[in-house]
Amino acid sequence: MANNTNTGNPDTFHKQKHKDEMIKQLITFVLMIVFTIIAFVVVLTGMDKFFAIPLLLLLAVVQVGFQFYYFMHMKDKGHEMPSLMIYGGIGAAIVTVLALTLIIWW
Amino acid sequence: MSNAATQNKGFAAVLWDYLTTVDHKKIGKLYLYAGGLFFLLGGLEAMIIRIQLIKPENNFISAGLYNEMITMHGTTMIFLAAMPLLLGLMNAIMPLQIGARDVAFPFLNSLGFWMFLFGGIMLNVSWFTGGAPDSGWTAYAPLSTQSPGHGVDYYVMGLQLSGAGTLMGGINFLVTIVNMRAPGMTYMRMPLFTWTTFVVSILILFAFPALTVGLFLLMFDRMFGAAFFDVALGGNSIIWQHLFWIFGHPEVYILILPAFGLFSDIFSTFSKKRLFGYTAMVFATILIAFLGFMVWAHHMFTVGMGPVANSIFAIATMAIAVPTGIKIFNWLLTLWGGSITINSAMLWSLGFIPSFTLGGMTGVMVAAAVADYQYHDTYFVVAHFHYVIVGGVVFGILAGLHYWWPKIFGRILHEGMGKLTFWTFFIGFHLTFFIQHFLGLMGMPRRYWVFLEDQGLDTGNLISTIGAFFMAFGVIVFLINAIYTAVKGEKAPADPWDGRTLEWAISSPPPHYNFKQLPLVRGLDPLWIEKMEGKGKMTPAEPLGDIHMPNGSIIPFVMSLGFFIASFGFIYQTNYDIAYIFLFGGMAIGLGSMLVRSLKDDHGYHITKEELEREAD
Amino acid sequence: MSHDHSLNPETMPHNPEKATLEGKNKFLGLWFFLGGETVLFASLFGTYLALKNSTAGGPSSEELFGLELVFIMTMLLLTSSLTSVYAMYHMKNNDFKKMQLWLGITGLLGLAFLSLEIYEFYHYIHDYGFTFRSSAFGSAFYTLVGFHGGHVLFGLCWLTAIMVRNAKRGLNLYNAPKFNTFSLYWHFIDVVWVFIFTVVYLMGKVG
Repeated sequence: MANNTNTGNPDTFHKQKHKDEMIKQLITFVLMIVFTIIAFVVVLTGMDKFFAIPLLLLLAVVQVGFQFYYFMHMKDKGHEMPSLMIYGGIGAAIVTVLALTLIIWW
Repeated sequence: MSNAATQNKGFAAVLWDYLTTVDHKKIGKLYLYAGGLFFLLGGLEAMIIRIQLIKPENNFISAGLYNEMITMHGTTMIFLAAMPLLLGLMNAIMPLQIGARDVAFPFLNSLGFWMFLFGGIMLNVSWFTGGAPDSGWTAYAPLSTQSPGHGVDYYVMGLQLSGAGTLMGGINFLVTIVNMRAPGMTYMRMPLFTWTTFVVSILILFAFPALTVGLFLLMFDRMFGAAFFDVALGGNSIIWQHLFWIFGHPEVYILILPAFGLFSDIFSTFSKKRLFGYTAMVFATILIAFLGFMVWAHHMFTVGMGPVANSIFAIATMAIAVPTGIKIFNWLLTLWGGSITINSAMLWSLGFIPSFTLGGMTGVMVAAAVADYQYHDTYFVVAHFHYVIVGGVVFGILAGLHYWWPKIFGRILHEGMGKLTFWTFFIGFHLTFFIQHFLGLMGMPRRYWVFLEDQGLDTGNLISTIGAFFMAFGVIVFLINAIYTAVKGEKAPADPWDGRTLEWAISSPPPHYNFKQLPLVRGLDPLWIEKMEGKGKMTPAEPLGDIHMPNGSIIPFVMSLGFFIASFGFIYQTNYDIAYIFLFGGMAIGLGSMLVRSLKDDHGYHITKEELEREAD
Repeated sequence: MSHDHSLNPETMPHNPEKATLEGKNKFLGLWFFLGGETVLFASLFGTYLALKNSTAGGPSSEELFGLELVFIMTMLLLTSSLTSVYAMYHMKNNDFKKMQLWLGITGLLGLAFLSLEIYEFYHYIHDYGFTFRSSAFGSAFYTLVGFHGGHVLFGLCWLTAIMVRNAKRGLNLYNAPKFNTFSLYWHFIDVVWVFIFTVVYLMGKVG
């Protein structure tokens, strides 16, 4: 246990935990890059739009899930209220987007 | 840096204190003062509208001025009177009800107030600069994009400022309730007013961004030549209607739910009973909020969204009657068999039940999409929303003011004048608006400047205007009551109503740190539990110790002033290049204040244990 | 001001950003703000989707967008998300210097992203005559992407302010929550961008 304020290290147990966490996040990042590349490739190969659009949206949703749950730690304990508000926001967001695409006459 | 003893302070010192305050109780008072002032303004506008409509083809004001009156009446009453008055009550009371010493973001709280106030001033400046906004409080495009002059620009910037302020207030309340409840104050032990504050803050959080975007689009169209609502360039004016009502419908629940909450507290206090069906009340509140988000398009039945969309929104709207009905019955059953005290606060609450139920019933009528084609844009709708907003929200605010006045200001309002206010306002209210249902059914359209003679509308309009004068009389009596109470009113004890919740456990008005020791909450209606078990006061949950308090700051005021100045720049850059000085100067002040806030550490100060011990209990 | 000590403890707790009540409040407040931002961007996305075919005779999204630039911008922003994760990793290990370093890299990546976005807008305006005023599609496109760009710009200013401010004082319990809220905000910007490149650019190319 170091006693210097700003350069001291917390105990090795936590340090190892942070390291494990970091490895998971690195894997997440690689997956996100892969998904992004797939999305671009789908568009470049000129896939039919009835397959392409749902696939693109699915890839985006998974990526965003990674961001929220891994990068922003929503999977950790103590994130019940943040999850509630984010899902509430997503709910309102879906309703808004549906309204503005489906019931505006044209 | 301990706080100086408060002695007799000069006017300048008091002013400085209020400009820099971050104390939620003082901010609550500021909201009440400012909201009250705007309520009087909105009321004056209402009187002018009613005088114009007192007889057929009247010429009291011109058609253009009439349009400005209806626009400003609606906008002022919703955004600048009803909401701030409720936010004022929430600020003053909610932290006390959960046993907190402070709110989560005192600085943000004060910023929210000043943004609202400058937004309100912004809107009303338009009267003196060539005409107020005149396209209705809903500002439908393309009417609002085509409206000449700068009136609608003031609407856009004023609402943008005050909307940002409200959003900050909402986030502050949410975090306060989640993080700062006293030990033992679980969610299901929170008083209903706190619960509704919580749910309303969620609604604010999700509803206001839609308005923000809508206002930005309108602003870009009017001031920077964008084409969102310009059909010639492919724009679509229905987007405005959707965005406005995605915000606008939750907004009416933002207004009514706090009123529901405080009525629940009042009924239970003055019936000397635990609130009937507490759990059902909580879930009904949440359900109303949830459904309230799904029904905005019922304002747009006649737009032509098609039968499927209309049916879905009609059914969803009618479903709201179920949780609202649960609430009405729970209030009635709270009264049932209770030992009831009838005073002014209780009178407003009792008057609310039938009035609001009437408004709810016409609500189900206008929710029927097919029938709505007949009601749409007539006085029937005007009658409906005044029944819910006046009969619900204004009654609620007045009930809350009578109930919590002792806690906020330390003096009890005069009962006789309180009752006079109630009866004149109550009679005037029904006189004004009940007849409007029939005027609407007879085909009188809303927002029309004049109506013709001998079409069966003359008597109804006359009665309606007479009712408006009764309401005005009631409001004047209330004002006299407020002034009288401030001067010679009876000093309030800590617990004048034999209350049940935590705010009555501390002195009236409370010390600036609220609770010397945080109370230990042992159940719903915590103070009542202690009374029933013979102790009569709360058990402390912690030993006496230092209390950490935030420092006051002038930055919120300066920041809001900066954005206020920048708004003028935005409005007038279309005519004069010199306005860019205001635009960039104002933004520099606003963003600069943000930077100062970020760079300057502010650790607050401590009230030491010794100081607390010196102060008498 | 006797409590400086409580903010600069001998040993840092292993979650310095949530060790104080102020820290917990900031953490929750920013998350709730992001919930509201979700609806803000949804309204902008909805508006864009409603107007994306209203080109008023101007270039359509298929003619306009080039994917190379968008791909590079996406990579820059995604990487900046990872670097801010690294910064938070070092914050939790109480290694202030490395945290500042990774935050600096995050800022540079953000700056590169923003420069490319400005170049992109310039390109559309000068080579295609596609402006904010030329059609409803133009207004909606620049508003949606511009709002995101504005958020990036605000994030960069915020980052600069807290980095410069705390450069000499090191990490403590007062500023750890500030760094943490910034990193959450920055991830959210990335979330929005994921939808922008999917919905605006890729789906714009597909048609």
